[in-house]
Amino acid sequence: MSQLLIEPSPHIRCALTTQKIMLDVLIALLPAVIAGTWIFGLRALVLVVLCAAFCVIFEALFNVVTKKRQTVSDLSAVVTGVLLGLNLPPSLPVYMAAIGCFAAIVVVKQFFGGIGQNFANPAITARIVLMLSFGKFMTSWSAPICGSFSGTDAVSSATPLASPDVMPSYLDMFLGVRAGCIGETCIAALILGGIYLIIRGIIDPVTPVAFIGTVALCSLIGGHDVLMQLMSGGLVLGAFFMATDYSTTPMTRTGKLIFAIGCGIITSVIRFFGVYPEGVSFSILVMNILTPLIDRYVRPKPFGEKSRKEALK
Amino acid sequence: MRLNSIKVPHLKASADVRSSSIKLPEKVVIAMSQHGGVPCKPLVSVGDDVKTGQLIGDSDAGFSAPIHSSVTGRVTGMTKVLNVFGVVHEALVIETVPNQILSEEVRPPVINSREDFIAAIKRSGSVGLGGAGFPTHIKFSYDPAETEIDTLIINGAECEPYITSDHRAMLEEGEKIVDGARKIQEYLGIKRAVIAVEANKPDAIRNLTGLTAEYPDIDVMTLRPAYPQGAEKVIIHSVTGRVVRKGDLPSSVGCVVLNCSTAAFISDYLNTGVPLIKRRVTIDGNIVNKPRNLIVPIGTRACDMIKAADVRVAPDRAIFGGPMMGISFYDEEMPITKTTNALLLFSDTKKSHHNACIRCGRCIRACSMGLMPTELDRAFDKKDVELLKKLNVDMCMNCGACSYVCPAKRNLSERNQLAKMFLRDQLQQKK
Repeated sequence: MSQLLIEPSPHIRCALTTQKIMLDVLIALLPAVIAGTWIFGLRALVLVVLCAAFCVIFEALFNVVTKKRQTVSDLSAVVTGVLLGLNLPPSLPVYMAAIGCFAAIVVVKQFFGGIGQNFANPAITARIVLMLSFGKFMTSWSAPICGSFSGTDAVSSATPLASPDVMPSYLDMFLGVRAGCIGETCIAALILGGIYLIIRGIIDPVTPVAFIGTVALCSLIGGHDVLMQLMSGGLVLGAFFMATDYSTTPMTRTGKLIFAIGCGIITSVIRFFGVYPEGVSFSILVMNILTPLIDRYVRPKPFGEKSRKEALK
Repeated sequence: MRLNSIKVPHLKASADVRSSSIKLPEKVVIAMSQHGGVPCKPLVSVGDDVKTGQLIGDSDAGFSAPIHSSVTGRVTGMTKVLNVFGVVHEALVIETVPNQILSEEVRPPVINSREDFIAAIKRSGSVGLGGAGFPTHIKFSYDPAETEIDTLIINGAECEPYITSDHRAMLEEGEKIVDGARKIQEYLGIKRAVIAVEANKPDAIRNLTGLTAEYPDIDVMTLRPAYPQGAEKVIIHSVTGRVVRKGDLPSSVGCVVLNCSTAAFISDYLNTGVPLIKRRVTIDGNIVNKPRNLIVPIGTRACDMIKAADVRVAPDRAIFGGPMMGISFYDEEMPITKTTNALLLFSDTKKSHHNACIRCGRCIRACSMGLMPTELDRAFDKKDVELLKKLNVDMCMNCGACSYVCPAKRNLSERNQLAKMFLRDQLQQKK
């Protein structure tokens, strides 16, 4: 009797894997990491790398402790770590970053069932946890040094959203020569990475376009400097890399559109009327929570589905 | 509106090779269930001599097609075989003799009316040769007073990777396909016929375009290569733009869809009276040295085809049908049926292992029926009958596109089939 393997159809599968998707996201984040290092110095790079390492270690430990299959090789923990690192001010103490990684991986991701099961974006939620816990450190910004790595003492500065009187030029904003989180300032690098993800088919352009477009429209209506609004804060980073997270955003295109418009409106409301200077993180978190509801009501129409009336006939 | 589809590799290595016959096998195993529907009862018993083309299995049920002996020989046993639906059925084992004689029963049908034509098609044992095996006469027995059919679609899409049996039929028997289509048009009074072929078979399109040039009511249409282009509802939509509503048949939108090899068979049958006893089977896979099509008697066992196939090493996986919808089987004695369009043999199979869903939505964008496979997966996990119904799990045709695109390698289409069975059981229990 020969030994033939029995398996359900289909018997061939595409080459894409979860790991390859995560690798593409990491490649797309690389320009922002390089730009952040150039703008804020080597400490920024160290912080991002440490965040990725902490996230991997926490995920590995969690799997060992709970006797679950090891999942670190899917690279999703590395993505969370790098994203969280890019969302931190360059001068944040390392132990705080570690606490953020713990919140992201253990509390937000693994407690809810691991990859694909978490309802909130781990990096966003961790950033909010750190904001609420270490407000002073999370809002003390170092001035850009732009490649002059010799200078050791970081000069503190303010972000354009927090104090509009120290506005940099549009070009500086686009290149990221301003105070801010490590990965959010260099718009050029973020757009480069975002385009890579769109070309590779990893993200649907509808999310970043609708998110950024909504903020632009709200700024226009509210009489704010539109270009400055789009390039400041974490809008571009959030729109391309956080509001496109698979687990915590709707699965259908219409759902993604609703999600992104919601993010844009909430971001604008917080920016223009709220006590916080930046609203991207909160807007994405709020829309994360609404995602199951959106997915429940926005479903594709089955081919040739009969209306209720016809079905009763 | 364009239906969702996916890109699959074509891998049609056997497309340029002429079909060949194999040496007469020592024995054939003819299953009394060749397709979905009611199995036939054997009309011969152990020890009987049978001739090629002799009726050996039949059923009174409407949703059935008679079965004929594909060889001349002696019935030496009754056995049980597993059909592709996982159900065990009776099968006749026939040992062949060197002298193959056509049965006296075989004679060209005399046709004077539509009813004669449909009755003849039923006697021929014709079923769809594309894979699903729907009995052909049922497609034709609509009531012309109630249903108006204006389009006959001859399906030459052949969208599954590897398989080229229809492709070779379009090249080698193009005139029979056209003749079959014309006969069906004539007897059933269907105004227009469309032979629909995927653009990846330009030689077949050229051949058929040439052959149909003199017939203004037969068109050859080039379809975009996309999987599952050849699925019945999908090809109707691609050719006519019409939408077959859930639970309805193609006749509800004025269409009859027939596989191109079936059309060629019908032409052959009307001329010679030889029933459906052989077919073209593609043999391919990563251990097959010379991928090609073999014309084999129905009931030929896989092992006899493997012998004829020139394989490098013993297979660790064998599939009847294409890699997307075909069925893997464990027994090399498994015989081919009327619906087997390919035998694929593989070695060095890596066992894949599935991961958690990352909610990327690729399965939703892949589903041509507009379903949400990952949501169905979850609903089945929860055994949520209402949700499964609401998400239309019964519309899934198991094309496999969702599983194919899944980066987490989840067996989504398999889960849909389990969910369909579960739902059917639950609804029956309620009654």
